[in-house]
Amino acid sequence: MKTLEAVNDFVIKFANVNGTGSASANNLFAKALFRMGIPVSPKNIFPSNIQGLPTWYEVRVNDQGYLGRRGGVDIAVSVNPQSMAQDIQELEPGGYFIYDNTKPLDLRLLRDDVCILGIPLTSICNEQYDDPRQRQLFKNVIYVGALAALLDMDFKVLTGLVEDQFKGKEKLVLPNIHALELGHQWAKANLNCPIGIRVEKSDRVGDKILLDGNTALGLGAIYGGATVAAWYPITPSTSVVDAFETYAKRMRIDAGTGRRNYAIVQAEDELAAIGVAIGAAWNGARSFTATSGPGVSLMSEFLGLAYFAEIPTVLFNVQRAGPSTGMPTRTQQADVLACAYASHGDTKQVLLFPSTPGECFDFAALAFDLAERLQTPIIVMSDLDLGMNDNMSPPLQWDDERKYDRGKVMTAEQLEEGVEFGRYLDVDGDAICYRTYPGTHPTRGAFFTRGTSRDEYAVYTERGEAYERNMLRLLRKWETINEHVPAPQVYDCGRDTDSAVIYYGTSEESSKEALDYLVADDIAMNAMRIRAFPFNDEVKAFIERHERVFVIEQNRDAQLRTLLMAEFELGPDKLKSVLCFDGTPISARNIRKQIKKHLNGSNVTPLHRRTALGGSGESA
Amino acid sequence: MSYQVPKFRHPSLKANDLGYTKADYEGSISTLCAGCGHDSISGAIVRACHELSIEPHKVAKLSGIGCSSKTPTYFLGQSHGFNSVHGRMPSVATGAALANRELLYLGVSGDGDTASIGMGQFVHAARRNLNMVYIVMNNGCYGLTKGQDSATADEGSASKKGDPNPWDAIDLCSTALHMGASFVGRSFSGDKEQLVPLIKAAMVHRGFAFIDVISPCVTFNNNAKSTKSYEFVRDHAQATGTVDFVPLHKEITTDYGPGHRHEVTLHDGSAIHLYKMDESLNPFDRRSASNVLEDHRDKGNILTGLIYLDEDSRDLHDVMQTSQRPLNALEEPDLCPGNKVLMSINASLR
Repeated sequence: MKTLEAVNDFVIKFANVNGTGSASANNLFAKALFRMGIPVSPKNIFPSNIQGLPTWYEVRVNDQGYLGRRGGVDIAVSVNPQSMAQDIQELEPGGYFIYDNTKPLDLRLLRDDVCILGIPLTSICNEQYDDPRQRQLFKNVIYVGALAALLDMDFKVLTGLVEDQFKGKEKLVLPNIHALELGHQWAKANLNCPIGIRVEKSDRVGDKILLDGNTALGLGAIYGGATVAAWYPITPSTSVVDAFETYAKRMRIDAGTGRRNYAIVQAEDELAAIGVAIGAAWNGARSFTATSGPGVSLMSEFLGLAYFAEIPTVLFNVQRAGPSTGMPTRTQQADVLACAYASHGDTKQVLLFPSTPGECFDFAALAFDLAERLQTPIIVMSDLDLGMNDNMSPPLQWDDERKYDRGKVMTAEQLEEGVEFGRYLDVDGDAICYRTYPGTHPTRGAFFTRGTSRDEYAVYTERGEAYERNMLRLLRKWETINEHVPAPQVYDCGRDTDSAVIYYGTSEESSKEALDYLVADDIAMNAMRIRAFPFNDEVKAFIERHERVFVIEQNRDAQLRTLLMAEFELGPDKLKSVLCFDGTPISARNIRKQIKKHLNGSNVTPLHRRTALGGSGESA
Repeated sequence: MSYQVPKFRHPSLKANDLGYTKADYEGSISTLCAGCGHDSISGAIVRACHELSIEPHKVAKLSGIGCSSKTPTYFLGQSHGFNSVHGRMPSVATGAALANRELLYLGVSGDGDTASIGMGQFVHAARRNLNMVYIVMNNGCYGLTKGQDSATADEGSASKKGDPNPWDAIDLCSTALHMGASFVGRSFSGDKEQLVPLIKAAMVHRGFAFIDVISPCVTFNNNAKSTKSYEFVRDHAQATGTVDFVPLHKEITTDYGPGHRHEVTLHDGSAIHLYKMDESLNPFDRRSASNVLEDHRDKGNILTGLIYLDEDSRDLHDVMQTSQRPLNALEEPDLCPGNKVLMSINASLR
């Protein structure tokens, strides 16, 4: 049997029982590789459960910097008998199956094309520890120590990481290092180390950071000047407000009084959460709410109010697999349509699609400027994959010269001078009108905010012309919005081609990798990453320039494709769907397979005919 | 449609401490049915604000959806208003109050808006002791959709066109009391002498001040078989006592009937004088208030007046320890930690 051989290029998948502390041990492993300068992309694939169900942690290790899911598994670390059959089946031929051999492996599971490595994790723990909880926790640390030997990792990096992690809780450092050593020594003494797959120090990480998107959103809200946050707990968005609170406690306490320059309300439901955000924004504070699928459904009535009454509202939607409760701990990009046209009546909502934690931070802060400038809800569309996994990202940056754009707010001085005020009066021709904060002036500038139709001076009216005028102004405002939202990014393949791909959010990394695979197959395509809705004219021009455009997304119904077709009045032929909706992040191999399947049926001629290149094997 | 009230006023209209006459507290002309109890409540709000010398623009009026929720257009024309979505006024008020603690938040809702669709938000605003005045204009029916029973309609009560209501009523005062409101009162739209001081006390109280105002719907629920009709309420209202609001301890002579007098000092130093008619009620004790409410309910009476008051309540801002400066007045230097801090955060993520 030929086993896989690779340096700094593999996929390792840990299979654990949830609630056993495995995620932090697995994270320790990933972070150690990151500190060795090797690009990593860890993904926690966990159940909607607190304890006892199968959970996985997949780490892509890749010196070239491919961070998306590749597809396939090269090393399986199986610490959960419940999922063992599935875990061994998933392995690539020649892969390594590392398992706890305290109990013998069920012979029916055996595969003769993989390398099986047993480590008696349970019996080592039972010998070392009396406390059942310790046995459980340290089992994870022990296999990380063993992996260090098997993969030839720098053991000092691991111990250094443990020291950093438990700074302030020094009592925990030694026991953890001891557990790492137990695994390390056992592997060295009993197995051939290293195996065919190993790691080497590298310099491919550069100044990048390892951060989850939700923390970046929370931090972006701090930097963006949010003072009011309201939310209702829901996976996978909960950690957005958690992060906001953690940083607010550190950075938003008034030095003189000790009082808080922020307010966080854990609301009774998502209806109230967005209501609080809207009330605060109406009253001149920067505010936000964060939620996921079911929360978006509940918030949609209020989103319609904020659209129609033109109240700045920031909503972070960390998408998960729907419909209904769906797969609450699995990822999807399936709220695109629900958010783009959220609420009854004619509505259009502004969407931003970040694809890295760095961009989560930037877009979070930007969302507050946009919401106030454009006086409308801004929905930042993250997802579970981006939000809850540590993603490698360019470092966060803030320009100290930057000033918040508070939009058009009429001041007491302007009102005093007699500047005409009509809340819905378009005086600048950009369809964005001046607002006033409550309490501004004793006799001028008060108005009535309502979800009912009104005239330019916010006075209730049921006159059709006035209603229509207002709705048409909102359409014109949509044009202004278009000039403000982040433009798409175009990647020109440098060759003459009539095919292209469009992707957004977390499909980026796998898409880029898939495009490289396709180039190796002699298929070159241009690419565009959409970063916002409304779509820029550039998006339309890009689509028009190509014969066929593959829209890569993580939902069943090709929602972005539908949105493109609706907004640009495109026929269905030109846009082809590349979809993944099984709840795991889309993989590069999957994208490549789907695109090739489409192309086989079409008359695309490869640019240069030559025999297929080896390498990047196909299995997904 | 909204119509502006003619600006002409009798020259002898009295000005308050700020130099404003009552007219300065009025809004557009009401479009509610002639004789609607809600208009009397709007009038009481105008009078309370005028007599308290509240700057009109320092009030934010918020409402949900329904006949009652339309009324903020009809008072305080110089105040910002927010007619939100059905049943969701409390959350909008919560956000608004968090953003600027210096305004007076006046929420107006109806029995449908509060006791049905908005019950969740209502009880949670009470629980958080949000610093606001929350008035329910309670007519026991859905006026805007032509008279369906609401959740506060009494069992057996029948609206103009309807059958007797088979369901037990939700008593909003009991609900507010049990959910943590720090001020609970009930009144009747037809009794301004009781309602105005009650609203004034609610406005000065810091915390969630709830007033359930029975307000007959003349069009759909003012018939003989209704327990929310003018006649029925007049016959069955039983006051806890009389309330006299005394701004900033300026003693005024009053001429109230017999009973025990009790003075309560409110947060801003003003006082209310309670003249108790019902000796069994201790309005500073939640349990006593609850018992007396139940007793009167059993007897078929409508208990009105101040029912409960927690003088030392801690409002949402107190509990959350928010900055004394309104959050909406904080600026970039207060809010943005800057790039240097971000660089150290980056370093911790490597």
